[in-house]
Amino acid sequence: MKNVALKPLGGNKIANRQVISETLLELGKKDKDILVLTSDSRGSASMVKFGQELPQQIVEVGIAEQNIVGMASGLAHSGKKPFVASPACFLSMRSIEQIKVDVAYSQTNVKLIGISGGVSYGALGMSHHSLQDIAVTRAIPGLDVMIPADRHEAKKMIEALIGYERPVYMRIGRNPVEDSYLSDDYPFEIGKAVTMKDGDDVTIIAAGETVRVALDAAERLEEEGVYCRVINMHTIKPLDQEVIIRAAKETKRIITLEEHSIFGGLGAAVAEVVSQNHPVLMKILGIPDEPAITGKTAEVFNHYGINKENVSKLALQMVRK
Amino acid sequence: MTDVTFLKRKATEIRMTLLTMIYEARTGHTGGSLSNTDILTVLYYHKMNVDPNNPKWEERDRYVQSKGHSVESYWAILADKGFFPKEELKTFSQFNSRLIGHPNNKVPGVEMNTGALGHGLAIAVGMALAAKLDQKEYKVYTLMGDGEQAEGSVWEGAMAAAQYKLDNLVGIIDRNRLQITGNTEDLMGIEPLGDKWRSFGWEVIEVDGNDIEQLVQVFDNIPKAVDKPTMLIANTVKGKGISFAENQTVWHHRVPTEEEYKLAMEELSKQLEVLV
Ligand SMILES: Cc1ncc(C[n+]2csc(CCOP(=O)(O)OP(=O)(O)O)c2C)c(N)n1
Ligand SMILES: [Mg+2]
Repeated sequence: MKNVALKPLGGNKIANRQVISETLLELGKKDKDILVLTSDSRGSASMVKFGQELPQQIVEVGIAEQNIVGMASGLAHSGKKPFVASPACFLSMRSIEQIKVDVAYSQTNVKLIGISGGVSYGALGMSHHSLQDIAVTRAIPGLDVMIPADRHEAKKMIEALIGYERPVYMRIGRNPVEDSYLSDDYPFEIGKAVTMKDGDDVTIIAAGETVRVALDAAERLEEEGVYCRVINMHTIKPLDQEVIIRAAKETKRIITLEEHSIFGGLGAAVAEVVSQNHPVLMKILGIPDEPAITGKTAEVFNHYGINKENVSKLALQMVRK
Repeated sequence: MTDVTFLKRKATEIRMTLLTMIYEARTGHTGGSLSNTDILTVLYYHKMNVDPNNPKWEERDRYVQSKGHSVESYWAILADKGFFPKEELKTFSQFNSRLIGHPNNKVPGVEMNTGALGHGLAIAVGMALAAKLDQKEYKVYTLMGDGEQAEGSVWEGAMAAAQYKLDNLVGIIDRNRLQITGNTEDLMGIEPLGDKWRSFGWEVIEVDGNDIEQLVQVFDNIPKAVDKPTMLIANTVKGKGISFAENQTVWHHRVPTEEEYKLAMEELSKQLEVLV
């Protein structure tokens, strides 16, 4: 197995939204049908430069998240390739019916980029957290759901979405995240999870910003002589069932780790596969069923035990049981 | 009759408090909080019937801050009124604080949690309708942003308020002409705003939303029993009171540097000095 995971932290300062915007700008220059739609969100989406360089390819709708999705579906129906860049909290809630009916049901080629996802908005509270978005979007037939782990994956994912005709909801965070990958030199395929680190004692399945946490926990576990497999489930739907079942069989214990409610997200998706194919001991780590505590992402993560200390402790308990 | 100078001094003090909160927390919605400070000051120190010692008093007037993001002036006022200790303002946006970056009804004095734009009006319509059903005298006020007018739900609420003849409902639009990205008219034009509301069955009054004297006048003369809800279009200046922040798009959520903070506090202190 080729090593793709980055070990020492690089202190990355580049946010995923930045990379996505730059990539879309490059692609947009070559393909006039690529459009970016914003809802007073171009700053938060890092799309200011895109708008300046390709003014004909940015569509501003104002603060109107239902309209943005409806319009995107109409544009897609007429052959455009719209990328909607709007805060994940509003996109996945205010616009959910447009997403369900106009995008998923009618199968229009709309790419929904939920920006500032999870608890990125920290102290702004529950109205601005998107901790149910994976649950609702993955329950909609015909809509794929993805979360990139870092800037390398964000780039590869957005490139892969260009030729991909299906409706997609892609969630990213607001702040720069530590790299999980060494570089973007690895094969990326929609629907194919990446095993970041091999091991046979326990598996951690993570997505998005929690992949780095999983890798750090795995490293700590290694000091204890416990070998942890780390799977990056960048595509929550369609889910890579095979990799999950194999992990259940080979490592007998699975921890899931997500910046999302413990209900209905990655953990639930994995549990649906595990329980019906090869039941093993599982732990679902995420944000409990309450309005998340006020604080910055790191504070919130620490409060709920989404950190290497807690995850490795939990893994040790499961292994030594 | 409330002393206008008292209100003006209050508004300036609130501006100083909110700026300090934002400066210390390193986060906040500076521009919008400053543009609506005068409106909130007149509501809370002159117009509304509320009791900080009995925040759930049944006869109280209701206020719903639909533009929830500009919460700093609101927190500063609620603390100053005594709804919660002023000391607590130091926890604004800090770990585990209830004083988050939007109204939070775990805090006494706050009716409803807001933050997602386009919710306040429908909530206020419900409250005003309840007052009618219960034959209660209280009034309901809601403050919206002008960028917020692009949300379709605003207009759903607008229709319902007229349908139910809610003359106990007063909407206020903080018409500061800016939203996050820039001027409302460049992004999603809302003019002619007054005509829109009138055509939806509302009584519409335009007012200088940073002129305390005018605000007092207008709030005191809201037409009664015309079987119509009233909308105040309050023409304001985003960033009002701090010259270098006024009408500047970036000050929507810019946090002052040390230098800017000092300059701003000096400017506000001078405004206060002449108010005697
Ligand atoms: C439904 C929803 N969409 C987007 C946002 C993000 N947002 C917060 S403030 C703001 C701009 C508001 O502009 P305006 O209504 O003009 O308020 P003001 O200028 O008084 O700050 C936006 C888009 C939000 N809070 N809610
Ligand atoms: Mg405005």
